[in-house]
Amino acid sequence: MNWFSKLLPTGIRADGNKRTNVPEGLWAKCTECRAVLYRAELERNLDVCPKCDNHIRIGARRRLDTFLDAEPRVEIGEDITPVDALKFKDLKKYRDRLTQAQKATGETDALVVIMGQVKKVPVVAAAFEFKFMGGSMGSVVGERFVRAVNTAIQHRIPLVCFSASGGARMQEALFSLMQMAKTSAALGRLRKQGIPFISVLTDPTMGGVSASFAMLGDIHIAEPNALIGFAGPKVIEQTVRETLPEGFQRSEFLLEHGAIDMIVNRRDMRDTIARLLAMLTHQPAA
Amino acid sequence: MNLNFLDFEQPIAELEAKIEELRYVGSDNEINIAEEITRLQGKSRELTESIFSNLKAAQISQLSRHPQRPYFLDYIERIFTDFEELHGDRAFKDDYAIVGGIARIENMPVMIIGQQKGRDTTEKVKRNFGMPRPEGYRKALRLMKMAEQFKLPVLTFIDTPGAYPGIGAEERNQSEAIARNLLEMSELKTPIISTVIGEGGSGGALAIGVADRTLMLQYSTYSVISPEGCATILWKSADKASEAAEAMGLTAQRLKELDLVDGIVEEPLGGAHRDHDRVAQSLKQTLVEQLAYLKTIPLDKLLEDRYQHLMAIGNFEEKSA
Repeated sequence: MNWFSKLLPTGIRADGNKRTNVPEGLWAKCTECRAVLYRAELERNLDVCPKCDNHIRIGARRRLDTFLDAEPRVEIGEDITPVDALKFKDLKKYRDRLTQAQKATGETDALVVIMGQVKKVPVVAAAFEFKFMGGSMGSVVGERFVRAVNTAIQHRIPLVCFSASGGARMQEALFSLMQMAKTSAALGRLRKQGIPFISVLTDPTMGGVSASFAMLGDIHIAEPNALIGFAGPKVIEQTVRETLPEGFQRSEFLLEHGAIDMIVNRRDMRDTIARLLAMLTHQPAA
Repeated sequence: MNLNFLDFEQPIAELEAKIEELRYVGSDNEINIAEEITRLQGKSRELTESIFSNLKAAQISQLSRHPQRPYFLDYIERIFTDFEELHGDRAFKDDYAIVGGIARIENMPVMIIGQQKGRDTTEKVKRNFGMPRPEGYRKALRLMKMAEQFKLPVLTFIDTPGAYPGIGAEERNQSEAIARNLLEMSELKTPIISTVIGEGGSGGALAIGVADRTLMLQYSTYSVISPEGCATILWKSADKASEAAEAMGLTAQRLKELDLVDGIVEEPLGGAHRDHDRVAQSLKQTLVEQLAYLKTIPLDKLLEDRYQHLMAIGNFEEKSA
């Protein structure tokens, strides 16, 4: 420690890694404003930073848990699990990446589907687990999404999907690209049945997920400041060799350009969607 | 003819240079060296056969982007008659990276739509190197809906590095334009045949690629991301593009084995760029055959087959409950 650092009060010293007296898990840090937050309070706030309103990314289970009524809940497509049909290997084997992601997230793949209710309105709800290989779409994600659509058709209840994905899963090569066509085609059947699909775009929704079912909702809702687009900002910057405009590919930008219907704060999501679905399915107001 | 030899074709290039040299000598010499030329030409053919019988995925990727490879417009003039180009998405602009219109193939009227790369610099810029913007996909969709309306089969021709990653493209919702086409093509009430003639790059390719029959030219490629892009992300280095190409299995042969494409159209020895007329004739013949067959299938069945085929794509395990 040099003389200057010694002058500083301990609270603002930059040697943060030495502070080991804080119990793990009790405190959390906002990924945006860096405010240190009491974790229980943050959770009560649905992982929206009370200081700066940043919508911190949340996992699939937590998403569905906070969205759906406690009862009833039936999971769809949980028995479908990924295989490495191509024996794909980059710096790591795809099989090892899958095992690692499964251990880290407790999920078998990047999409979780649950049939339940939102404020008594029956619904099939799907949510992406971004921590599972960047929420990438491979065969399992595609198949579970199709099962979600088919369940919605079978029970004649609306479909809601919370997207959070980097796009197609490269390790499944062309099979993953084709999931875009598969999932979009399934939505064609839903449309024919007159069943609503609400697509919720959360941070981030990019590439093959954005360019398929996520942009085929009857209603598009985004969380504030979510990155949503087809090509990644870095790729665009390298291609056009210009600085990207402020707020480019963020929810507010998409709203301004007419790509989405509304931006909804996570704390209002459940109420808003329940209200919309009740009207779209001709049910009385709550 | 300058064949613009690729690096792995260098031995052929050297031999061809020798033949050229001999021809030059032969023209101002009395010695008859025709025999020698014939011998060397035979050798060149053998060499080409041997090199091309064992191409790596990365080499096929190079061939699919060969600067002299026939582009969509080259096929239009060789395969179709009465072509009338139709322009614009009726909302924003005409995207020159996608060409579309009505034409006849063996007298049968069809709607043809395809990406067009440019040959020279001016044309390349005009065509945006074959990278469509949303208005291109929306034009394509407009033409497909017209085809449905007037019961014209749709033939699409894929040759793109991908949808254009640009600011305006995002502002006008590239994602939605692609997604919309996927949904609409899956239920378009007319037969669709899609042929990858060069580079089948990602969502930008698939956006005109949902079909009853997917064909690939022998040395075309079809992939979820370019080998360079894949290498940059997964190998953290664009230098590993050839490994990425191999791993993704983006060649016609591999994709046919995986049942992701229905047929392969053979190219002349040395690749399509060696003989535009011949490859166009082979493609025409295949298209005519496939069209004739698809026309015998009742529309309901055609659409159901198309749907079920899409639903069957994917590899996973399922525990029986």
